[in-house]
Formats: sequence, C-alpha cells, structure tokens
Amino acid sequence: MAPLAPKTGDAVFASIDRVNAELFTLTYGAMVRQLLTDLEEVDEVNKQLDQMGYNIGIRLIDEFLAKSNVSRCVDFKETADVIAKVGFKMFLGVAAAVTNWDAEGTSFSLVLEDNPLVDFVELPDTCQGLHYCNILSGVIRGALEMVSMKTEVTWVRDMLHGDDAYELRVKLLKQVPEEYPYKDDE
Amino acid sequence: MIGVGKIKQYSNVLDKPLSRGRQEVSLSAFAFLFSELVQYSQTQVDNIAELERRLEDAGYAVGARVLELLCHREKGNRRETRLLGILSFVHSTVWKVLFGKVADSLEKGTEHEDEYMISEKELLVNRFISIPKDMGAFNCGAFVAGIVRGVLDGAGFPAVVTAHFVPMEGQQRPRTTILIKFAEEVLRRESRLGG
Repeated sequence: MAPLAPKTGDAVFASIDRVNAELFTLTYGAMVRQLLTDLEEVDEVNKQLDQMGYNIGIRLIDEFLAKSNVSRCVDFKETADVIAKVGFKMFLGVAAAVTNWDAEGTSFSLVLEDNPLVDFVELPDTCQGLHYCNILSGVIRGALEMVSMKTEVTWVRDMLHGDDAYELRVKLLKQVPEEYPYKDDE
Repeated sequence: MIGVGKIKQYSNVLDKPLSRGRQEVSLSAFAFLFSELVQYSQTQVDNIAELERRLEDAGYAVGARVLELLCHREKGNRRETRLLGILSFVHSTVWKVLFGKVADSLEKGTEHEDEYMISEKELLVNRFISIPKDMGAFNCGAFVAGIVRGVLDGAGFPAVVTAHFVPMEGQQRPRTTILIKFAEEVLRRESRLGG
C-alpha cells in the first residue's frame, strides 16, 4: 500500500473532535493556580509545568503521527515546519511561525500570534518569574524526544511579560540513534 | 519578521475585547491536560475523597469564571435569581458553551425537595477515563461537579454538588449524574419569593 499523503494542520483539525477553547483555557488556569498554591515557589511551578508538558508530549506524538500521516522528516528544518504548521494547528487550533534560524540550522524560534492558553490571564506582581505557558515547551521536548531528537526549549518572548509575541526557542542538542528498547539476552 | 506588528497589545487584560467563545482546541489537547491534572492531583492526596475534592476545587475555579463570563456575554449582564432559572442556565447555557451540547437531562430528586440531578450519558471528562478497580467509586466528574458548584455559588445558590456513576440498563458504560443539594437558605428564599 502506498503511504498516505501527509495532511495539512487545517485538514486534521477539521476532522477531529474539538472542544471549546474556553473550557481548556480555564481548566489550565485552575491547574496553574493549584500549582502555585501547592508549590509556592514560582520556579518549582515552572518545573512542574514543564514536566507535565513532557508527559503529554511523549503520549501526544503517537496521536500526531497517526492522524497527520506525517512520516520521517528529512531534516530539522522540516521538523520545525511540521511542528509549527501541523502540530500546533492540530492540537491547539492555531498555527505558529518558524523564524530566526541560527547559521548551523540547529535552533529556531516558534512564534505564536494566538495562544489559547492565555485568554483572561494577567500575571500578578508576585508571579513575574512564572512562565505561564511552560507546559508547551515540555510538550515539544517530550514529543521530539520520542522521535529521537533531544532538544532544549526555552522562552524568549512572552506577552504576559509585556513582549509583543510568544516566542519559543527550540535547540537541537543531539539526534539519538534508534535503539531497540530491549536487549536480546533479557 | 513574521507576526510583529500584527498583535495589538493591551496594558490591561480588561481592556481586551471579550472573545466570542467560538475558538476551539482539539478534544485530545483537553484530554491530555485533564489527565495531567488528575495525575498531579493524585500525587497530592492520600485517599479518593481528597482526590475528588481537589478536582472539585479546580472545577469550582472554572465555574466561578464561567458564570461571570456567560452572564456578561450570553445574558446581557443579567443573572438568574430563581432556582429553576439558574438550574436551566447550568443545564443549557453553561453546558452548551463548555461541552458543545445541552445536558442530557435535568431532574428533580424524588426523595428530597432540595435535590436536583443533571445527567449525562457520556460526560466529556470521563470519556477517556477508566477507573482502576482499587479506586472504587472515584469519579472524575467531580471536576464538573465543581464547575456546577462554582456557577451556583457565584450566583448566590450555595449547594453541595457531587458526581456519581449510575449504571444504565443495556449500556456498557454507566452514565454520570451530577447531584445538586441546595443549602437550606436557598429553598427558604425560593419559597418566600413564591411561584
């Protein structure tokens, strides 16, 4: 059977079950507030959000591959485009833009114009160190790790901190050769 | 650079125009998020009752905001003041916005005057959840119960709201019933206001 053609983010998004973004936004907000109450330290909350994102990412990649028909990307450039145009669109309903490649082609920025996580959100003075959307960086890191790419994802710009957009920096640390998850003698 | 200059910045979140609520995200995105919320909550508690209470608290925070948002956007800044009015607001308006459909049923409890039930064949939050045997009657619907309590409480109808599985004949999966037990003062006020 010939491989199915990869779908565009719009096509996938149109064909799957969706929910109101406000339910999603408010639920995320409720969770972040619980974390702030439980963990007290903003840094700890950032860490926890990143971990939660990672947990999501390692599961989400399966659904992504199954529904988008995307197959192996030829290079990191293609990976970046697929994350921005298909991944973001398919799950959050908004596409991101890929910019600011470095000379080696190992790191790029994802710029989000629209971010469903932050509707209704304003950071109080006590939470200025909070990366409210840190879950997103975890998701990208987790999902890429499952397709053999170790990455580091950091926030460059954040509108909740007064910047003019949301910008995530994705840096490829190394490509991990694929291994069987078990050894023959075990 | 792409994106720059397109986004209007607001110094205050309240200056921003209210969204019309048409935006959507994928159901999986919500399911993943909710699953993380449940898993994280599990690490913070010792028993099922506490776990349900935590989910209910998270839901309460959502409900309180939903009431404010919907009264403003859908009801022209008016809020229901009568018992049946607020119940149908929850059953229709709130459900439709949050879950894309009105709830399957709204019934009055047969045994107690102060009890009402909203039932849903397949509650959104329970759609991808299977309860391990050792967790007994745990119901993730506690989150939705919290939303309902948040809406009711904010509107001046304090109530105890709980989520229960109710087995259905001929159905593999039980339906979820959100049981609302109003505080005494609510019923007293209601009878004073008359029919």
